[in-house]
Amino acid sequence: MSAPAFVRSASAPDLPPPVPTAGPMTFVRRRLFAGPAATVFTLLAIAFLIWAAPPVARFLFVDAVWSAPDGGACRAPGAGACWAYIWRKAPYFVYGSYPLDARWRVDIVLAVGAALIAWLAARRAPGRAIAAALLFVAYPICAVVLLYGQAGLGLPVVPTDLWGGVLVTLIMAISGIVLSLPAGVLLALGRRSKLPIVRALSVGFIEVIRGVPMITVLFMANLMLPLFVPESWSPDRLLRPLIGVALFASAYMAEVVRGGLQAIPNGQFEGAMALGLTYPQRMRLVILPQALTIVIPGIVNSFIALFKDTTLVAIVGIFDFLRTVDTARLDPQWAGPTITATGYVFAALFYFVFCFGMSRYSIAMERDLARGVSN
Amino acid sequence: MSAQTGGAAARPRIWNDPFWRGLMLQGALLAAVVALTWFVAGNAVDNMHKRNIPTDFAFWSNPASFDISQTLIPYSATSPNSQVFWVGLLNTLLVAALGVILATLLGFAAGAARLSASWLVARLAGFYIEGVRNVPLLLQIIFWYNVVLAALPDPRGAVALGGVVFLTKRGLFLAAPVARPGFSAVWIALGVGMAATFAFRAFAARRQRETGMSAPVGAVAAALIVAFPLIVYVAAGQPLDFDIPKLRGFNFVGGMKLSPEFAALLFALTLYTGAFIAEIVRSGILAVAKGQSEAAAALGLRPAQTRKLIVMPQAMRVIVPPLINQYLNLTKNSTLAVAIGYPDLFNVFAGTTLNNTGAAVQIVFMTMAVYLIISLVTSGVMNAYNARMSPRER
Repeated sequence: MSAPAFVRSASAPDLPPPVPTAGPMTFVRRRLFAGPAATVFTLLAIAFLIWAAPPVARFLFVDAVWSAPDGGACRAPGAGACWAYIWRKAPYFVYGSYPLDARWRVDIVLAVGAALIAWLAARRAPGRAIAAALLFVAYPICAVVLLYGQAGLGLPVVPTDLWGGVLVTLIMAISGIVLSLPAGVLLALGRRSKLPIVRALSVGFIEVIRGVPMITVLFMANLMLPLFVPESWSPDRLLRPLIGVALFASAYMAEVVRGGLQAIPNGQFEGAMALGLTYPQRMRLVILPQALTIVIPGIVNSFIALFKDTTLVAIVGIFDFLRTVDTARLDPQWAGPTITATGYVFAALFYFVFCFGMSRYSIAMERDLARGVSN
Repeated sequence: MSAQTGGAAARPRIWNDPFWRGLMLQGALLAAVVALTWFVAGNAVDNMHKRNIPTDFAFWSNPASFDISQTLIPYSATSPNSQVFWVGLLNTLLVAALGVILATLLGFAAGAARLSASWLVARLAGFYIEGVRNVPLLLQIIFWYNVVLAALPDPRGAVALGGVVFLTKRGLFLAAPVARPGFSAVWIALGVGMAATFAFRAFAARRQRETGMSAPVGAVAAALIVAFPLIVYVAAGQPLDFDIPKLRGFNFVGGMKLSPEFAALLFALTLYTGAFIAEIVRSGILAVAKGQSEAAAALGLRPAQTRKLIVMPQAMRVIVPPLINQYLNLTKNSTLAVAIGYPDLFNVFAGTTLNNTGAAVQIVFMTMAVYLIISLVTSGVMNAYNARMSPRER
């Protein structure tokens, strides 16, 4: 009796090992060469990198001059980025022409500001309301007194035309946000008001400011503000663009806050009314706390935009960070073929680090909000 | 007690009545605004008289007495200031229009690249987008102007691309097409081709609705719009010459010249706005539910068809409103031309003319009004488009 034909007597040949789902080769196959189109694009990208990356790396690192007493070494043929120049000019980039013996005042203002912002931004820090109150009320006043000086306190006055660099950029950006937040809240409430004149004035202001370029608002503040007030009130040279920046930012902030107000369900308004709260109480205790929490990422995003837009004050003659970088490159002691590029790359890195960092923060915040973590 | 509630409850105190309270509040606000305007206007007139600043529009027809480096309409230093306004406005519109077109192309390409199946391409696109979005536009403009274009060689050592484009620090010189008499036949052929394409598309769409048969619309369109005018062009004896720029002495003559200012501004605006458009395109594509493309695959549509017929039409609804907003931003950002001296409206009118005439209030308000009108018209068009494109719900 032979065994039935359908019973296997020898073991089947081994299957090939399964396609690995992890490891570098899988990555290469699936993420780089999945299909003909992706392969072509990947090869093009590799070609681009081979073409572009080495010269950039050579300029920024390999051929760069890291330390030099003056521009001589940077002017040598074939020299790359002149980082020595950045290092030597760093104080000017930070303080502008602020007097040397008073720079400790700037240091204190910047350090306290950084600490307060870190406190406010840390998502699990205690007492963030205190931090907000300090940052939005006490800090600006103290900072102005300290920076400008007060003879009575033994602080010699430093006129604002000596201020410059990162100091001025941060003053513009932070006071822009500090002034525009309350103004933006009022404008957003005005835009949603049932009173027609209040609504029309708010809409008019918001749409006009958002419809014109920022530089025209700055020009208006710079050239026309002195004409609009009696001569004795004529605002300070630094204050004029600051007012322009604040006006501009509040219109955009109003739209951000309006987004938050629209996201609050009607039941919240009705519930607050049913409790007998007056309009200011409803807004202060019920609506705004919720609306502003929702729009924190939006506020951070408009701060990023504002931070980049502060560079425009350079056009109306304020020595902000970008203007100091653009001026320092003309210093005959350093001037050379690579100085301009080095300065701009450094400035770009500075803005990138700030803006990219803030945008990551805003994304993390958005995720927290979506998960319902209380802030 | 009862006497108090009786009369007073029926008619609340005037400051407790929402109607009267609203009226009073608004009256006070209006009075404050009017008083502020009065105060500001009074001061402005006083101050302007004191400083001999003109308060009328006489400057409008006075001679401008300065030259402008790029004029699309006839202009000379003896032209009135009104002509400066129009020259500047046209220059603004030129850079804005070209910027919008180029930024849209770049933005859609970069947005698609960021979603590419190739990891490397996606990362490179991400590098570009994040790098450009987080650096101020003003810095990018002066970078292109003072670093990249300033590093180009003199006209004598110009970088020649294919013998028709010459890159120099004096500007970019391009071969300019010059039409000979017979060229209008090509335009006619192009018009006929486009009309025929529209007709064929309508026919193909109707046939597909009725019979389900699809037609190669793309190939037919290519034949009608590209091949047909080309054939006419060759048949008419190639009636098109190219004026190729030639080196004469220290500079090029002939051809088309893009000034370094224009080129730097256009590059920077295109790259900057393109990065924002790329993010809009990416989020628009991601906003289309995944089930849509899965269902399309289940119906047997190929990936290219799915993209074209299912994903993009729905993505466009999300993309278009913020896209238009970016176009407006680009137009407004073109005012940064003032930093490098491209003669746009803001630079020549709110800059040079303002300095020459001193008519600050009139000129700044006029300039603002121009940008405001552009914004309002564009957002009006956008609202009409949105109303048309939003899905009809029952």
